Amino acid sequence: MNKASNRPLGLLAELTYRCPLHCPYCSNPLNLSSYSDELTLDEWVRVFTEARTLGVLQLHLSGGEPLQRRDIVEIVDQAHALGFYTNLITSALALTAAKAEQLKKVGLDHVQISLQAANAETSDMIAGTPSFQKKVRAARLVKALGFPLTLNVVLHRRNIEQIGPILALAEELAADRIELANTQYYGWALHNRAALLPTREQLQQAELVVRAERERLAGQMQILYVLPDYYSRYPKPCMGGWARHQLTVTPNGNVLPCSAAAQIPSLPIENIRLRSLEEIWDESPMFTRFRGTDWMPEPCRNCPRKNVDFGGCRCQAFQLTGDAAATDPVCHLSPHHALVEDVVESVNSATPPAIPELVYRSFDLPTT
Amino acid sequence: MGSTPHEMTLIARPRLSGHARLQWDPVREQQVILMPEGVLALNATAAAIMALCDGQRRVSDIIAVLSEQYQRAVDQDVLTFLNRLLNKRLLDITDE
Repeated sequence: MNKASNRPLGLLAELTYRCPLHCPYCSNPLNLSSYSDELTLDEWVRVFTEARTLGVLQLHLSGGEPLQRRDIVEIVDQAHALGFYTNLITSALALTAAKAEQLKKVGLDHVQISLQAANAETSDMIAGTPSFQKKVRAARLVKALGFPLTLNVVLHRRNIEQIGPILALAEELAADRIELANTQYYGWALHNRAALLPTREQLQQAELVVRAERERLAGQMQILYVLPDYYSRYPKPCMGGWARHQLTVTPNGNVLPCSAAAQIPSLPIENIRLRSLEEIWDESPMFTRFRGTDWMPEPCRNCPRKNVDFGGCRCQAFQLTGDAAATDPVCHLSPHHALVEDVVESVNSATPPAIPELVYRSFDLPTT
Repeated sequence: MGSTPHEMTLIARPRLSGHARLQWDPVREQQVILMPEGVLALNATAAAIMALCDGQRRVSDIIAVLSEQYQRAVDQDVLTFLNRLLNKRLLDITDE
């Protein structure tokens, strides 16, 4: 294979797991306090330099909350100088006018702000802290400074019926893009799955609204809608294939194909403090074990869709079956599909079980 | 920003949107357009078209320059490519 065709395009830099929000669907790991030995500015610059050499063009500065890093402006400055398209993924609580202007000045390209719902009451309830008004103010500021603005909304049973009002708010804020993404069940979201998974009826309604609004807002706002894979016949093409286009660096320098991959025990954790990014990308089991299609068992091995969905998600396979090499149980052809089907049927049964309380993200997982 | 037109005209003066950036990718050895959550790799013809999208030249001027350069009719190539970018909201247009 031509080396240039096997190079990553995007780096997700999780600068810190500190965050002022407590969203119960957070994709960060449950053991947040294990990541407090954060990379320094110099170490991040080394990561960025190696990433550029490796071919990365898009840099996603995320967390946790990236604005919790006191050196965030220097980080963006250095990243811009290296030639990345820089993308700040933020709760926006700490995005003051002064900070936003500084970030613009050092070359930040794009801002993504999370919204939890269409109104303060629901949004603050989900975020676990008063935050809605600050987010709306920050979104206006971002547009006034000329940044492209994306709004990110994670959908679940408590807010999915608000898609209409959420899109109306996005339109009023003149967002360029909005990502309406149904919850993916990793990290805190898996922990809260029974409280978050929407019903089939909620999803059908949501799709009708999305379809109509897409048509109405064509040419003005791009609407991305991510279906919940639990309701799909086939799995999502997770990451567009394992270790194919993207890599993630965690706050303490662990290098992963995606944020959730650290939980797979058969893959030794790689760290940027010990090896170069190129070595890790090219040679480590963490990156090579599930790259391509040779690792696949049946029913994926002879499936005509194996280059469409790449067997789905390795982390989900591990979480649900204990075997990271298994077909994603979301697939109706998986021998473990009942694991997903049972959860979906329970939520949709005529007498559904009581919805459990949400467990909010915090640095110490409450014992249950 | 308001809504963008859906079809490119010959009198339009296109240039790359301020939300996107054109740059050389030394690893893949090609021009790329970088944008929110996306990368568009350009072949040589597309790169030649983009180099002429300066907000001054009209689409008809761009076609004239490239027809001369390639010694063939390039109208459809240029319009197809620019319409593709327009649909991705990657162009700012003035047409007075």
